[in-house]
Amino acid sequence: MFRMAAIGILAIGTATGALAEVAPDDILWQEDGSIAQSLTGTPGSAEEGERVMTTNALGNCVACHTIATMPDVPFQGTIAPELAGAAGRWTEAQLRGILVDAKRTFPDSFMPGMYKVGPFIRPGVAYTGAAPASPDDIEPVLTAAQVEDVLAYLMTLTE
Amino acid sequence: MLLHRSLKTTTAAAAAALILATGTVLADPVTDDELVVNGELELATEAEPAAHLDGALGDRIYSGWRFRDTETRAMQKDDFDNPMFLFVDAGLEAWDTAEGTEGKSCADCHGAIEDSMKGLRASLPKVTDKGELWSLENFVNDCRETRMGAEAWGWNSQQMKNMTAAIGLQSRGMPVDVAVDGPAAPFWEKGKEMYYTRFGQLEMSCANCHEDNYGNYIRSDHLSQGQINGFPLYRLKDQGPVSIHQRFVGCVRDTRGETFQAGSQEFRELELYVASRGAGLPVETPAVRH
Repeated sequence: MFRMAAIGILAIGTATGALAEVAPDDILWQEDGSIAQSLTGTPGSAEEGERVMTTNALGNCVACHTIATMPDVPFQGTIAPELAGAAGRWTEAQLRGILVDAKRTFPDSFMPGMYKVGPFIRPGVAYTGAAPASPDDIEPVLTAAQVEDVLAYLMTLTE
Repeated sequence: MLLHRSLKTTTAAAAAALILATGTVLADPVTDDELVVNGELELATEAEPAAHLDGALGDRIYSGWRFRDTETRAMQKDDFDNPMFLFVDAGLEAWDTAEGTEGKSCADCHGAIEDSMKGLRASLPKVTDKGELWSLENFVNDCRETRMGAEAWGWNSQQMKNMTAAIGLQSRGMPVDVAVDGPAAPFWEKGKEMYYTRFGQLEMSCANCHEDNYGNYIRSDHLSQGQINGFPLYRLKDQGPVSIHQRFVGCVRDTRGETFQAGSQEFRELELYVASRGAGLPVETPAVRH
């Protein structure tokens, strides 16, 4: 009986989470490529965001960006702008838009969309080199929660 | 094209500003080393860009050797230190080995590899009499199947890499000189279009890394101009020989894209276009990279 109740609570929790999460195709874009609405409805974790940004298999932001606030991370990339001070240069909505699909803000940007599922030219399933069986098999690089986590970290970069 | 040049300039300016701010070492091609093989064969590692590049790479083209670290550069300076020569030797042995229903070796028709294959690598891929665009691998397999009565080798098979390394070596030092006009023109145009197409979920074109950002770093990877004048080459990361199309597969896969097959029409067209971007650089086959 107790177990049944616990499962019930779990199911409600999951359902609420799914309802609050905005799918890549349902995002409400502003004219300038920014996104005002949170993708999850809950504030992200800056600590988790830092992990996402420095993990190869996740955001791997340091592959291209230099991030002066992470002096312990070796071999930071030199492709893309320095992220220190990002929160002073951009609003939260603008940074969310850039994370999700930078090309909405900068049409020629090199930066991949981190929460984008198409349209793409010859997308593959992650790094397998293989075509997806169906377009629905293309998962965004990051989850909605991970985007909000990275955003939370970026919002700490005020100078 | 102007857009690409201005992007490159912007990136360079940003990098310069970054260096001033942080003291990071400038990430341009090395300038204090020369590629002299076995103490005698001088291989130029930069050249004037061909007119058909239309300024896409600024005023100099550079060998990938100039973007690798000191140890890797040193390995290519001595054929005894260059791991590819194990495979070259195997290729030379295969050259003299009779195979197939006709019981013929390459040497039976072509004689000494040093004479008959000299210059071939520098001119490929090229359009055949039948109007098809062929890479070196196509010529090797055509001989095997139609003249030797032997089975074709896989595009990326060890035997094929042995043979293309042995044949490619015979052009070492000769400038890349692929035809881009006449019957090659439509293939070259398709290859060029592909070079600038942003593939995969990461939406990256060849040009994003190798034109707009050569000299910069993606993590610890020092981006080169993506020249292919040293293939097949020894790739330290793979601990083995790597063909041109094998590297193309790897690059498209890394865009989270669906790759094309090694040997495909698309990759032969891309090979022609990329080869033409290195026109004037000497063939370095077999090179060493990481």
